[in-house]
Amino acid sequence: MTAPSLLLEDVTRVHGTGETAVRALDGVSLEVMPGELVAVMGPSGSGKSTLLNLAGGLDLATSGRVVIEGEDLSTLGAKGIAQLRRRRVGFVFQDYNLIPSLTAAENVGLPLELDGVRASQARRQARQTLDLMGLRDLSDRFPDQMSGGQQQRVAIARALVGSRRLVLADEPTGALDSHTGEDVLRVLRERCDEGVAGLLVTHEARHAAWADRVVFLRDGVVVDSTGRASSPEDLLATGSSR
Amino acid sequence: MSVKQGLMALLADGPMYGAQLRAEFEDRTGGTWPLNVGQVYTTLARLERDGLVEPTGEADGEGRISYRLTQAGTEEVGTWWTTPVDRDSTPRDELTIKLALAVTVPGVDVQAVAQTQRTATLKHLHDLTRLKQQVMRKQREAEGAPSGPADAAKHDEGNHDLAWLLVLENLIFTAEAEVRWLDHVETRLHRESLRPFRRSGAHTTALPDDAGDHAGTRTEARR
Ligand SMILES: Nc1ncnc2c1ncn2[C@@H]1O[C@H](COP(=O)(O)OP(=O)(O)O)[C@@H](O)[C@H]1O
Ligand SMILES: [Mg+2]
Repeated sequence: MTAPSLLLEDVTRVHGTGETAVRALDGVSLEVMPGELVAVMGPSGSGKSTLLNLAGGLDLATSGRVVIEGEDLSTLGAKGIAQLRRRRVGFVFQDYNLIPSLTAAENVGLPLELDGVRASQARRQARQTLDLMGLRDLSDRFPDQMSGGQQQRVAIARALVGSRRLVLADEPTGALDSHTGEDVLRVLRERCDEGVAGLLVTHEARHAAWADRVVFLRDGVVVDSTGRASSPEDLLATGSSR
Repeated sequence: MSVKQGLMALLADGPMYGAQLRAEFEDRTGGTWPLNVGQVYTTLARLERDGLVEPTGEADGEGRISYRLTQAGTEEVGTWWTTPVDRDSTPRDELTIKLALAVTVPGVDVQAVAQTQRTATLKHLHDLTRLKQQVMRKQREAEGAPSGPADAAKHDEGNHDLAWLLVLENLIFTAEAEVRWLDHVETRLHRESLRPFRRSGAHTTALPDDAGDHAGTRTEARR
């Protein structure tokens, strides 16, 4: 039996204490298998970013367990989590988080370099990934020389570069037009088809539809979730004779 | 839309007989709106009566008659392309009506109705997206393939894929709009439920137990 790439067990995150405490997540359980892309939808303030931050080890649960490829994050310590995030987890932030003094290719290659990959090799892999995102010609630009949508795609390339096995993306298509947004989803989908596990926060149903299933959050609770993917036979029966 | 306009637009591409028209129509729209041959022939007969199409000659060996546009027909097709589609008449929509009635009939759990539908529509959206992915993959493969002679046929096929893609995307945007609207409905209902003079009973569950086959669709108590 394959272990899930990401497992959340009864996870609760409370911000603050006493009167002002906010239960951002309340007893959420979730499993993402290798090759699976799961979308998270829900109104703003429902806990989507909190969920993603916990899954990526950027934040710690108040109670419950977060397990990545069999490793319980609460047992890893800061160093262990940092290493896990460099090697195995790609994170796309809502606000890109690119380093202004580095070019696109340097930004994308950074996690590899930090992990000991030679600079030239890291740069080459970075360019390949940028190419996938349709940014080949912008490799040597700095973030402030790019549009919001282009920076967003650089951020996504940085999350995909190398052999990351879990990709977490928070509204990665927010700043993109309809076609570019779709290109991003297609690339993410292809990565997952190759065995990467993905968790994607989005408020656009059209983008969530690229995922194998959709989980709905409301007030920190999973209120609904679509089933597993349909079989190919079901697909062919959908409004088409082809 | 009437079948008439569709058939005439196809005939602008060259003469065709009934079965051909039907096949072309379905091929270009991915079989989303199937036509039956009977419908095609009655329409052709009416168009011929109105002087918009005419037979190109006698029936062939298999009894098939090809039709082409007359001058008047060509003009009518031109008018069709340049006239906007009428959006003033609102087609009856079962879901809209269902929700409108759900908020007025006592004892219906409107939230559950909206949520069940959203899950179903999302699954549909997912399936449409998978189909779209297949069409796009096919297109990319065709782009990569070296071109040679016999490309007119390939070109046609490419155009038909593009047509099918546009139809699919229309279905996708429509489904997305429905999901957005349902999200909006949920939020609206939630707000209304917080207002003082709400009619009572609007949140009591009275749906049949088999509210669709989507496991996990129905929520537990929404507090
Ligand atoms: N650092 C924080 N301190 C206090 N409250 C927070 C913090 N981060 C998030 N929250 C609260 O937690 C809830 C969930 O937030 P978030 O996960 O960002 O929602 P979403 O991404 O779905 O919009 C919100 O009510 C938000 O105000
Ligand atoms: Mg957020």
